[in-house]
Amino acid sequence: MTEAAYRNDFLKEVEAHVEAGHEVKRCMQCGVCAGSCPFGPYWQHSPQKIFMMIRAGKREAVLSSDAMWMCTSCYNCIARCPRKLPITHIMHGLANYAHRLGLAPKGQPTRDFAVMFWQNLARRGRVNELKLTLGHYFKDGIGAGIKQGLAMKAVGLGLYKAKRLNPLEIFGGHKVADLSGFHAIVAKAREIEDRKRGLAS
Amino acid sequence: MSEMKTAAYICTGCGIGDKIDAGTLEKIAAKEGKMALVKRHEFLCGAAGVQMIRDDIDQEGVTHVMLAGCSRRAKSEAFDFPATATTRANLREGVLWVVAEGGEHDEIRQEMADDYVRMACAELKKMKVPAGNPATANNKRILVVGGGFSGMTAALAAADAGYQAVIVEKSGQLGGWAARTWKRVPAAMPYAEPQETGVAELIDRIVSHPKISVHLNATVAETRGAPGRFAVDVATESGAAHSEEVGAIIQASGFTPYDIARLPELGGGAPNVVDHAGLEALAIAADGGAIKRSDGAEVKSVVFVQCAGQRDDSGAHLPYCSGHCCATSIKQAMYFKNANPDVDTVVIYQDLRVPGMGEDFYRSAQNKGVIFTKGKATAVKAAGNGLRVDFRDLILDEDAAVEADLVVLATGQVANSGVDIELPDEDPAKAQKVSILNLAYRQGKDLPILKHGFNDSHFICFPYETRRTGIYASGPVRRPMDMQQAGEDAVGAALKAIQAVENASLGRAAHPRSGDLSFPNVRLEGCTQCKRCTVECPFGAIDEDEKRFPVFNESRCRRCGTCMGACPVRVISFENYNVDTVGSQIKCLDMPDEFSEKPRILILACENDAYPALDMAGLQRHVYSAFVRAIPVRCLGSVNMVWITDALNSGWDGIMLMGCKKGDDYQCHFVKGSEMAHYRMSKVDDTLQQLGLENERVVTHEVAITDNARCARLINDYVAQIMAIGLSPMKGFG
Repeated sequence: MTEAAYRNDFLKEVEAHVEAGHEVKRCMQCGVCAGSCPFGPYWQHSPQKIFMMIRAGKREAVLSSDAMWMCTSCYNCIARCPRKLPITHIMHGLANYAHRLGLAPKGQPTRDFAVMFWQNLARRGRVNELKLTLGHYFKDGIGAGIKQGLAMKAVGLGLYKAKRLNPLEIFGGHKVADLSGFHAIVAKAREIEDRKRGLAS
Repeated sequence: MSEMKTAAYICTGCGIGDKIDAGTLEKIAAKEGKMALVKRHEFLCGAAGVQMIRDDIDQEGVTHVMLAGCSRRAKSEAFDFPATATTRANLREGVLWVVAEGGEHDEIRQEMADDYVRMACAELKKMKVPAGNPATANNKRILVVGGGFSGMTAALAAADAGYQAVIVEKSGQLGGWAARTWKRVPAAMPYAEPQETGVAELIDRIVSHPKISVHLNATVAETRGAPGRFAVDVATESGAAHSEEVGAIIQASGFTPYDIARLPELGGGAPNVVDHAGLEALAIAADGGAIKRSDGAEVKSVVFVQCAGQRDDSGAHLPYCSGHCCATSIKQAMYFKNANPDVDTVVIYQDLRVPGMGEDFYRSAQNKGVIFTKGKATAVKAAGNGLRVDFRDLILDEDAAVEADLVVLATGQVANSGVDIELPDEDPAKAQKVSILNLAYRQGKDLPILKHGFNDSHFICFPYETRRTGIYASGPVRRPMDMQQAGEDAVGAALKAIQAVENASLGRAAHPRSGDLSFPNVRLEGCTQCKRCTVECPFGAIDEDEKRFPVFNESRCRRCGTCMGACPVRVISFENYNVDTVGSQIKCLDMPDEFSEKPRILILACENDAYPALDMAGLQRHVYSAFVRAIPVRCLGSVNMVWITDALNSGWDGIMLMGCKKGDDYQCHFVKGSEMAHYRMSKVDDTLQQLGLENERVVTHEVAITDNARCARLINDYVAQIMAIGLSPMKGFG
C-alpha cells in the first residue's frame, strides 16, 4: 500500500508525460482489451489492469511491468475497445516513459532489441542489418553468439548468394547522404517530443 | 330491448367456404341454434356484407347477431354494432387454419365448425347489450397525495389538461427530496453536467396555478368511495379536518432513504460518513464553493461506496438495486470536481449502471478525473482526521484501502407505501407502518404491495395501475427511480387518473377493459354471505354492509369476473358474460358417444393472452387437434366451478384452462385472476373423484401471448393423453 493509493497523482503524471496518457481515465474496465490480446496469458498485466493500476496509484508496479514491452501492435484492443481508447499507443507510450525514467525491466528482450535497433539506426540513418543481427546474436556473450550464428549459417549464406547480405557492411556500412543533417533532425524531433511531454532531454 | 330477434351470418370468405360446408352450418344455426334469420355471405366484412347486417338491424329489428367467420379479435371495427348483442363463431383461426389439411380430416373439421356455430348461437341467446353502470359519478377533481417532485408534476399535468388538482403534503413545504437536492442528473443534451433541479420554479407554478390547491402539514385521514366519487378526509397538523370530494387519486408518497445507521460496518452513523441526502445538504451549504464537512474542514478527498445496504442477498438489507445511485454518485463527485479539480474522488462500484443517457454523464465524470474502481467495500473506519475505506479491488483482485476526508454511502430507496395489507393484523411490522391513504375498503387501508414494499403495479404493461381502481401510484413508491423517471411517471399517472374519472362519469370500466359498459349484477336474495367475492376481488371493489352482504362499487370494478368465478351460488353476472353464456355453450354440443374415438376437449382460454395465442397459432398454421373447442373467458379468475362440473357431466373428456403467468412476475391483466384460478383448480381433484374420473381430466396451464407453437403442442399432447386414458364414461347423461 503506497500513500498515494487511489489518488490522482500518478494518473496526472501519466497524463502529462505519456503519449495518449490523458485517455487512461476514460477506461471503463470492461476487459475487452484483455480478452482480445493474443499475448494475454504471457504478460504480467493486461491493459485493463495496467489502467486500473495507474488509477490506483501503483507507479512502481506499472512502470516496471513487462506488459508494455510484450505488445506486438496487433491493434486488436484498439479495434475492439468500446470506449475507443488508443490502447496500443498508450502501452507504447508507457513503455517509452518507463524506459526514459530507467524503471523499465532490465534484460527484457523486446526492450533490449528496441534499444539496439534505435542505436543502430540513429548512428548512420540507415539500418545496418549485419551489425544488428550480430549484435543480437552476441548480446548474451561470445559462446551464445557463435552458437546462434552457426545455427543460422545456411540462412546467412543464402542471403549472401542472393546479394541480400554484404559482409563489408561490418566496416562502417552505408549511410544517409547528409549525416549531420539527419542527426540534427533526430535531435530536433527529440527536443520537440520532450517539450510536448514535459521531459528534460 | 323488449323482443329478442336473432340472426346468424355465415361468412364463406378467406377459404372457409372451400373446406367447410356452409349449408350444414346454416341448418344447424336455424334448427339447433334457433336463429330467426340465417344468411350466408362470401365476404361478410366487406362493405356489402356489413351493410346487409346493418339493414337487418335497422329494418328487420334484429337485436342479436351471430357472426360465423373469423376470430372475434379480427375485423372488430367492421363488425361494430354497439346497440346489438354480438357474438362470433371462430371458423377461420379456430378451425380452418388449425385443422390438418386433407380429405381424411374433412369430417372432424366440419364437426368442429358445427360445434362452434352451436356454441355461438347458445351464447348469443343468453346475452344482453350492456347498459352501462347506472351509478355514474361526475367528480373529475384529482387528489395527489405527496407534494414532492412526482406529486407536483402529476398535479401540474392534470391541471394543465384542465382538471382541478388537490395536493396533500405531509410536511410544511412542497418539493420533497428534490427540494433538498442541490442539482440534478442532467435530463438534456449533452448530458455532461449536473443541472438545476427546477423545483423552485415548479413550486411557483403550483402555488400560482388557478386549478391547483395545496394542503400542507396534512395527511389523508380516510378515503371512501370509488372513482368519480371519492370522499377524502384531510387532517392537518393544526387539528383542523375537512373533506375533499375527488374523482381519482394519485399516490406519490415517494421514498425514504435507507437508514445508514443500519450500516455500522460501512461507517453509518460515524462522523463524516453521509448518505446521498446528507451530501446534498453539504452541497447546498457550499453552493458551488468548496464542500466542507460538518466540522468545517474542506473536503480534499471523498469516496463513494455504491450499493451500500443494497443488492444484499444476506437478508439483512435491501435486496434490490435502486437504479439511480450510480448516476447520483457521479453527479455528486462532479460537485467536488467542478469546485476544485484537485479533490480526489473515488467511486467504488460493483457494477456501474447508468440508465437513460447516463453513459454520457459517466464519460463526462471520467474526463473530469473521477476515479471509478470496481470493488466491494468491506469496512469504513476512522483514520486520523478522516476515514479509511477497506475494499476488495475486483480488477486487481487484491485487498486495498483508500483514505478520505468524507465517505458517501449510496443507500437505496425505501418506498413510502403505507401498510402492507397482506400481513396479519397481529404482525408487529404492520403496526409500525403508518397508512398513507386510510382506505375505508373491506380489503385494507392501503394499496396492495407486490414485493420489497413497493406498490403492486405491472412494470411493463401497465405501470401506474394499482390494484385499487382510480388510485394510481407514481414515482418511487412503485419502484425505485430518479427524478427523470419520476417526472415521466407523474405524467403517466395523471393521464391514467384523467382516463379513470372520464370513464367513471360514463359508467364505463377502467383499465384493462377500458370503455366496457358491462358491470357485475348481483342477485342478493340468493347470496349466502360467504364473502368469497369480497375477499377474492383483486381490486378491492366489493365492500360488505352491516349484514355482511356484498356491496359492489361498480366503478371500482375492472370487470374481470373473478367474483363471478368465486361465487358458489352463482348470483353474480354480467349482462353479456355470465354463468349461462359460457355454461350454455358447454352444454349445447353434439357429443359423440364413448366409443366414437372422438374425444371432446374444452379449452377455457383467457381472452387477453391465451386466446390470442391460439389465434396466432392458427395464423402461423400450427396444426392442432380438431377435438378441442375453445371458449374465451375474460380472465381465468372468472371460471366458475360449475362450468367444470357441467362440462364433466356433459361428457367432455378433458378440460384445459389456459391463463396468464401468475406469481410475483405475473402477466395476468387482473393481477390475481390467474393465480386464483390455479388455486381453485388445485382443489378440483375431489370433484373429479366424486364423479369417478381421473385427475388428468382437468389441467391448468400458464400461457404467454407468444406461446403460439407451444399452445398447439400442449393441445396435441393433452389429446394424446386423454386418448390414452380413454374417453369419459359420463357421456349421454348430460
